[in-house]
Amino acid sequence: MTNLFTETTTHELTVFVLACFVGYYVVWRVTPALHAPLMSVTNAVSSVIIIGAFFSVAQTGTARICGSVAIALAAVNIFGGFAITHRMLNMFHKNR
Amino acid sequence: MIDLLYLMSSICFVLALKGLSSADSSCAGNLCGMSGMGIALLAAYLGKQTGNGHLIFWAVVVGGAVGLSIARKVSMTDLPQMIAGFHSLVGLAAVLIACTVYAAPDQFGIDASPDGGWFWRVEMGIGAAIGAITFSGSVIAFLKLQSSYKWYHVHPALNVFITVLLLCSLAGFVLLKNSYSFSLAVLTSFALGTALIMPIGGADMPVIVSLLNSCSGWAAAGIGFTLHNDLLIITGALVGASGAILSRIMCRSMNRTLGNVIFGSCHGSLQKNTDRKDQSFTHGAPEEAAFLLKNATSVIVVPGYGMATSHAQHALREMGEALKKRGISVRYAIHPVAGRMPGHMNVLLAEANVPYEDVFSLDDINREFPSCDVAYVVGANDITNPAAKKDELCAIYGMPILEVEKAKVVLFLKRSMGTGYTGVDNELFYAPNTMMLLGDARETTEAILKVL
Repeated sequence: MTNLFTETTTHELTVFVLACFVGYYVVWRVTPALHAPLMSVTNAVSSVIIIGAFFSVAQTGTARICGSVAIALAAVNIFGGFAITHRMLNMFHKNR
Repeated sequence: MIDLLYLMSSICFVLALKGLSSADSSCAGNLCGMSGMGIALLAAYLGKQTGNGHLIFWAVVVGGAVGLSIARKVSMTDLPQMIAGFHSLVGLAAVLIACTVYAAPDQFGIDASPDGGWFWRVEMGIGAAIGAITFSGSVIAFLKLQSSYKWYHVHPALNVFITVLLLCSLAGFVLLKNSYSFSLAVLTSFALGTALIMPIGGADMPVIVSLLNSCSGWAAAGIGFTLHNDLLIITGALVGASGAILSRIMCRSMNRTLGNVIFGSCHGSLQKNTDRKDQSFTHGAPEEAAFLLKNATSVIVVPGYGMATSHAQHALREMGEALKKRGISVRYAIHPVAGRMPGHMNVLLAEANVPYEDVFSLDDINREFPSCDVAYVVGANDITNPAAKKDELCAIYGMPILEVEKAKVVLFLKRSMGTGYTGVDNELFYAPNTMMLLGDARETTEAILKVL
């Protein structure tokens, strides 16, 4: 058990749990009318795993190919997700 | 320095979600999210041994171009399948990253030697498994939403078997450090995602799409734990929490538990439907409907999935404007689970330029139905079925409904007299104050508009 809860792991768990709480309270305040933009923006934001793929392409061989595919997939999400959110929010905005 | 940039980017992401608490601040929120992402990319690029700038650049350019063109072209009716498709990409990216980490852990600063601990295997195994479930589950959800892809019944025993296999292979990966068990874990996760989503029907899609949204977040957090990256952990937790809350709201709006949606089938009600063949219903023509609408003082429009499939939202808005010119109050009532994803109806109405302040949610509008003259129901069935309040045996008992039956006249736009998704008969069709307008919702609305 000693090497299970190292300092890093404890720190990461702290960050994780606190972030869950922040997410919980922030998202409950989102108006139901904007649930669709919420889904698309969280989708774009979760593609931040692209930075994990940045480290993958530093390697050689198959890992590099996997890494670049992962970057391309995440990039589709990032650009697509933010663009569609923007499109939706504009529709809500002009009708006010 | 890099860590400070990551912190800034996490703050931006929280603000992006915060911005969605009102329509006014939402655009600024989205800009915040974009800048957060920009900062994160910059920080990662400046950071550790990323190298290979060209490869990263071109991968981002190609992916970005594809993403932008999809986002520009997709119609708002197809939004649910686009979101499901995007979730699958996050899942696949998470699996690919986990595989590269697995191939060379030391490159990512992970001590893979026998005395380097085994917790990273737990984190990575869970991250890869959730990523794979998200991927295959979202692909199935995408296919179902895209092309009324049939749902097959999956025997519950198969789900149990796959889950046990997955847990065993994860345990094997962690304890035996067996290389095959990692591949097996990924493969069984793909199978589990497929088997779980396969039997789920269209009306439960709002829950499933939000659940997959949540999963994509947890997968990102899992990768964050593996790579010891706080930004990924924070973002993953935010997204995971958001998706979980949405699925909870959707489940609550159907008075069902998450387990019931995933494992319980909703085909047919417990009680036998009474034979309605003899019962008569009022079949109306567009002219009669137009007459009723003209003489009303207040009209409430209730859109459902039928509005999305027939693209009736623009015709509806024009009809609303024509009625408003005559001094008739027109409001829109939206049930949380109407459509195929959370907030689907709101986006479609916004697309058709329906004023934001005319659109009301279930709790706000329900007390208005008794004082309203005409309830105009467009392709919605189960969310208006009074059986949910009275009939303890029916499949939708306890589900909060829009109480359209309290309106003086109910105009029901429907393709046929068939039952809704749950197979529960709707007594409202045969009520004396209901007029059925059978046919395509858009054509009917346009015909009414012409008379007006």
